[in-house]
Amino acid sequence: MNKPLHDLSIAEAGEKLRSGEVASSDLVEAVIKRAHLTEAQLHAFLTLDSEGAREAAASADDDLAKGKDRGPLHGIPVALKDNMTTRGLETTASSQILAGYVPPYDATVVTKLRDAGAVIVGKTNLDEFAMGSSTENSGYGMSFNPWDITRVPGGSSGGSAAAVAAGSGLGALGSDTGGSIRQPAALTGIVGLKPTYGTVSRYGLIAFASSLDQIGPLTQTVEDAALMLETVWGHDPLDATSYSGEYPDPSTDLDRGVDGMKIGVVSELTGEGYEPAVESAVSEMVERLEGAGAEIVELSLPTFEIALSAYYLIAPAECSANLARFDGIRYGLRAEGATTEELMAATRAQGFGPEVIRRILLGTYALSAGYYDAFYGQAQKVRAGIQEDFARAYSLVDALVSPTSPTVAFKAGDRVDDPMAMYLSDICTIPSNLAGHPAVSVPIGLDERQLPIGFQVMAPALGESTMFRVAAEVERIASFEARAQIAEVVG
Amino acid sequence: MPVEIDIAHVARLARLKLDDQDLETYREQLGVILDHAAKVQSLEGEPQVESAHPLGLENVYREDKKRPSLDRDEVLSQAPEARDGYFVVPPALESGE
Repeated sequence: MNKPLHDLSIAEAGEKLRSGEVASSDLVEAVIKRAHLTEAQLHAFLTLDSEGAREAAASADDDLAKGKDRGPLHGIPVALKDNMTTRGLETTASSQILAGYVPPYDATVVTKLRDAGAVIVGKTNLDEFAMGSSTENSGYGMSFNPWDITRVPGGSSGGSAAAVAAGSGLGALGSDTGGSIRQPAALTGIVGLKPTYGTVSRYGLIAFASSLDQIGPLTQTVEDAALMLETVWGHDPLDATSYSGEYPDPSTDLDRGVDGMKIGVVSELTGEGYEPAVESAVSEMVERLEGAGAEIVELSLPTFEIALSAYYLIAPAECSANLARFDGIRYGLRAEGATTEELMAATRAQGFGPEVIRRILLGTYALSAGYYDAFYGQAQKVRAGIQEDFARAYSLVDALVSPTSPTVAFKAGDRVDDPMAMYLSDICTIPSNLAGHPAVSVPIGLDERQLPIGFQVMAPALGESTMFRVAAEVERIASFEARAQIAEVVG
Repeated sequence: MPVEIDIAHVARLARLKLDDQDLETYREQLGVILDHAAKVQSLEGEPQVESAHPLGLENVYREDKKRPSLDRDEVLSQAPEARDGYFVVPPALESGE
């Protein structure tokens, strides 16, 4: 069967490019057309750079014609979450405080994508400064889920997820601080991966919580996620927390299967608050992994119960410090004020949305005199406890599995007025951020409403080969081929 | 544990000019979130160390060598107000009476 070009995986598109069956320009035109026909319903993008994409595609085609092959992403149209800086192309992190900001530099991942011949088609929507789980906190209007446009695509990388699920990019980059790549991937039926902390440079990623933020891929397939990860990761002297040792090979074990592996099921990530359809799909997958030769071990990791609490102290604390730079002086919005301090306070109140203000206040409080030990200091101890729980688990098993999200995509508006309910969306994903470990969400099926369910595979730091080995088997077992059926509308 | 929050003080520390009604809304919401967050105090036994980083990072240094920096005009083109290579701001201190 001939798939439409916008439905191809990166690996499939790469083969067609190299055989001369299609040109990068064809792929890019197909994706831009698809974006034009779905954007009125999805609002996945904040900026579509059709002109820049066409130029980059022409240049990728020229290179290939000359025999210059830059690797697996050569000529591939991809989307970028709008919290990664692109020189000469507006970058807002979905905040009004950065409206009109045109960065004077590229993020390291952008440089790497360009050097690899990838074509950046546009900048995708997110919750403001990546704070949220639905894109409803965007300062420019939310995105919608291609599987059901009355529902959220998840977040914060919801625009990237919606774009890939709809075919408006063959892959995308997102960022994941507490689940912001994996949860939207789960809610839109695609693969989303957060690598080991420090392996992808954060230079040019607009910071939210620096000890947790990691960039990673959102793709149609597990193999594609490996191809994108290999392209963007690596040591970068411009990021002081960049990992400088040996990197694992994500692709080596993709076809190896799970025979003989030990896989742990986390007993804390189940029960109350988890939708029955999610739980049954996940347990069925676990049984089938056992059928494929894995030994299944049920494990209790008690600190996971308080991981969310620790996260909602640590992330706001870091955010309150990182976002101090947005003050109306050097770039972005400036409000009126008689003194510099008044100008700053007025600019920040006007430019930040309610969730960002809430987290800045929360973080400022948690770090303020008299409360530090009870809140922030204690949260850092919980973080150490989570790392110890993980270490204990990985002395017994090779990888851990769980649902990615307790629920499928929820209705737009359902959780907007209840910050705690929204925060619970990230309960399965947060522990890997606090530990700095890699984790990936793989789509495994649909619930009775035809909404996708994601399965999370976690591995120890730098355990990407193991994680990919399990994820590839999950993908083979699930053989999830469904695509979102979204009507094309001339916008 | 009911959490006492002097929200006006916190907003001032965070340089956020909010009106009384907004302050009250945020105070209530922070109370709910902090009630939940207070569960961190239920951590039992060891470890009592704090951790901020997963891979045991050490400080890194770069060579003290000249390298190209961002283009000044390009950077200043993003400023709300700039003049003669400088960012322009209102007075840092109020003028004395």
